[in-house]
Amino acid sequence: MRYYDKLIFELSKPGRTGYSLPASKYPELQIPAGLSRETPADLPQVSEVDVVRHYTNLSQMNFGVDTGFYPLGSCTMKYNPKINEEVAAMSGFNALHPLQPESSVQGALEVYYETEKALATITGLDRFTFQPCAGAHGELTGLMIMRQYHISRGDLKRTKVIVPDSAHGTNPASAAVCGLEVIVVKSKENGLVDVEDLKPLLNDEIAGIMMTNPNTLGLFEREIGEIAALVHECGALLYYDGANTNPLLGRVRPGDMGFDIMHLNLHKTFSTPHGGGGPGSGPVGIKEKLLPHIPVPYVAKNEDGSFSIVKNSAESAGTVSGFLGNFGVILRALTYILMLGKQNILMAGPLATLSANYIKESLKDCYKLPIDTVCKHEFVFDGLINDGADKTEDGHGATTLDVAKRILDYGFHAPTIYFPLLFHQALMIEPTETESKETLDDFIDAMRKIAAEAAEDPALLKSAPHNAPIKRPDDTTAARQPILKYKDCK
Amino acid sequence: MGTFSYFPHTEEDIRQMLDRIGVSSLEDLYSDVPPEFLFKGEYDLRDAMSEQEVRDFFAALDAKDSRLKVFVGAGAYDHYTPSVIPYITSRSEFLTAYTPYQAEISQGTLRYIFEYQSIICELTGMDISNASMYDGPTAAAEAMKMALACTKKKKRILLSRTLLPNVISVVRTYAKFHGVELGYIEAENGQTGLASLQEQLAAGDVAGIIVPGINRYGIIEDYNGFAEAVHTEGGIVIEYCDPSSLAVIKTPGEWGFDVAIGDGQSLGIPVCYGGPYVGFMACRKDYVRKMPGRIVGQTTDADGKRCFVLTLQAREQHIRREKATSNICSNQSLMALYVTIYASLMGPQGLRDVNNLSYGGAHYLHDRLLETGLFEDVFPGMPYLKEFVLKPLLDVEKLQKTLLDAGFFAALSTEEGYVSFCVTEKRTKEEIDALVETVKSLR
Repeated sequence: MRYYDKLIFELSKPGRTGYSLPASKYPELQIPAGLSRETPADLPQVSEVDVVRHYTNLSQMNFGVDTGFYPLGSCTMKYNPKINEEVAAMSGFNALHPLQPESSVQGALEVYYETEKALATITGLDRFTFQPCAGAHGELTGLMIMRQYHISRGDLKRTKVIVPDSAHGTNPASAAVCGLEVIVVKSKENGLVDVEDLKPLLNDEIAGIMMTNPNTLGLFEREIGEIAALVHECGALLYYDGANTNPLLGRVRPGDMGFDIMHLNLHKTFSTPHGGGGPGSGPVGIKEKLLPHIPVPYVAKNEDGSFSIVKNSAESAGTVSGFLGNFGVILRALTYILMLGKQNILMAGPLATLSANYIKESLKDCYKLPIDTVCKHEFVFDGLINDGADKTEDGHGATTLDVAKRILDYGFHAPTIYFPLLFHQALMIEPTETESKETLDDFIDAMRKIAAEAAEDPALLKSAPHNAPIKRPDDTTAARQPILKYKDCK
Repeated sequence: MGTFSYFPHTEEDIRQMLDRIGVSSLEDLYSDVPPEFLFKGEYDLRDAMSEQEVRDFFAALDAKDSRLKVFVGAGAYDHYTPSVIPYITSRSEFLTAYTPYQAEISQGTLRYIFEYQSIICELTGMDISNASMYDGPTAAAEAMKMALACTKKKKRILLSRTLLPNVISVVRTYAKFHGVELGYIEAENGQTGLASLQEQLAAGDVAGIIVPGINRYGIIEDYNGFAEAVHTEGGIVIEYCDPSSLAVIKTPGEWGFDVAIGDGQSLGIPVCYGGPYVGFMACRKDYVRKMPGRIVGQTTDADGKRCFVLTLQAREQHIRREKATSNICSNQSLMALYVTIYASLMGPQGLRDVNNLSYGGAHYLHDRLLETGLFEDVFPGMPYLKEFVLKPLLDVEKLQKTLLDAGFFAALSTEEGYVSFCVTEKRTKEEIDALVETVKSLR
């Protein structure tokens, strides 16, 4: 990766253009004075070749899954198959307008139907909405369905939702946006939800509980059966945060564990590319009894085998995005599901779990492992065992941040750091099933070298990265004196 | 093993890895799962396919969709996507990266987001843009929450009746669960009514209003007096805009508004049956601490080199959890790259040309359709850009069916009983003439 220091605006020269359009056969546009733009937008004026070179240069300062191993915990950075891209780029699909009549989009509707059916059998739930555009959006949608269920039963007191202290930050935030009060349930020493702490929290004001299983420590919540029974007994529902679904592929189904609602991150579990932060897709699955509350519009199969769009439903939670869903992402996910088929899916979860346990066992003599037990697709270290504090003047050894920065020098993306909040030096590693043993071994070697470096010379870690396009950025100045657009640079 | 191309493990690899872990089988790795939850059935999935089988599968589905000439907008605009865009956006360094948490190896993503923010500010006339949102309607819902956070004690949000239907639906859904009281500004002659606004403001408690730049009838709205009226009452004004049109029509900034939102789809993103698109949100600098979503800022690295980082993160859910204004934690980064490349290729003149062609085609179609005698103008004399509605004087279903059979998607029914048309630069004069001839056959 090589540093490149231009902004597209800095390549601009008045009079240059990068487009080609047909000549106009009509009179020039006339917008009434008072409604027309006063000063032209100061957009870049660049040629096509300027644009291509600029963005090619920018891309070379970026690290993706195709660049190398990306063990970012909780993000499931598995390989993004290229056939997915080919299918999503098919010209017919791309040219469909979202409001076209049903008869003209039967193929697209069948894509939705096929995907829904596949996700249902994989998760043990019955129906899915594809409107949510991301995981957090799915959480919010799922909670809306949960609330709508209680409201439609006249059960208006249920305005609280239970969230474990180990939950993803989006869980409490989604609950708050949905108008629910968050009640935190504690984890035990072993990292699992404390059922004894949960019991007194359950009452007729609880709308539901949000859980992910395995939880954010990568540990399977063994008491989920009892938790589900207790929650249902009190009249509440169970929501499954699908961020951690990957290890379950081929082995465990959330619906069978008693969950009523869940979201999936198609950009995690179903191999669609993360795109530098999006677009994703966060379909929400439900048990059949919640179908009246699913968002509209959604796709339904007619008795004659054709497909239609259900646009109105009196008890629906509402509409949560512009159209049916992020179709381009759904096409990629269905492609992946077809490639997996009923045979290969059986190995996806186990191989992801195998990889995570392999790394954990290979590094636990160098990094603190707070809970030493079998994990699922990911696990969390709590910093270095020997951080080299004795080699420094101020007694501050190498931190998790320093380890993360140093691993960049070895050609790997860093793990997730400082999450979950249960540990101060959390370092969360998720390798996925698409990495070879050789890749994992290289990563393990690098992590062991870094641990040795920390013990000998923590300053080497504190000044890392040394080989990236830039050194550590000054975040403090960025926040104190914000420069948020090109015109602020000058 | 070794038979599926995405799983690199050989039998020997698995054996060695199990040995290191100290267990004897993959099943042992699930020993913590109570046996009753281990799935013992068979998934109701198809047999695994090869790539060529998958390709054929989708080609067959694709063939079931009709190839239509699109003459409808209503929130998704069939503008031209220059060939550079798919070429660059499919570079795997962009495509397969995640949120730029590690700035040192994410300068590509961070730089284009910074450029994107700059472009959105230029188009809207606002001070600060975030790194993008899911889509236009959800950006409107987020703006509603932002207005409440900016004006602490006020509780009502007013929506113009002239907003696109799906924007109103999504805002209404979020409002219902978030406990927001919604009011509506009635339309007068196809425009957001100032008198209706004043009436609603007089009732008090208005945190903000959401109004469209170009509305559901395609009309370019006149907002003289709106900013003053709302600001006097301590509320903020949010404009929902089609960013492509902002190259030629008065911007939210020029109207004196506070927040600009909308869908960036019209800037180079294919209609793609409804997504993925990209919502945008920009605001005046006074409101930045209440803005949801990621924001990228410029700074320097330890060697003094210019670089870019995610900044002002104290606003966000991973820090504030349930106290955050929003639960949003991602953006539509790759779609923001579409917008950035598009705006760079087009520049100010190209965007003006796109609007010029769309305007010319739309006005040509409008006049030809009226000449058929089968339609009546609904809002005569009201200015429009690329989209308009007419009152049909014939059987609408027959009209739509005839157009569909001739390969046109046009004359979308509206809630008010009108039919809506849209023309972009992709529609040729010949196509417009052919559409008009098809309509004439119904006389």
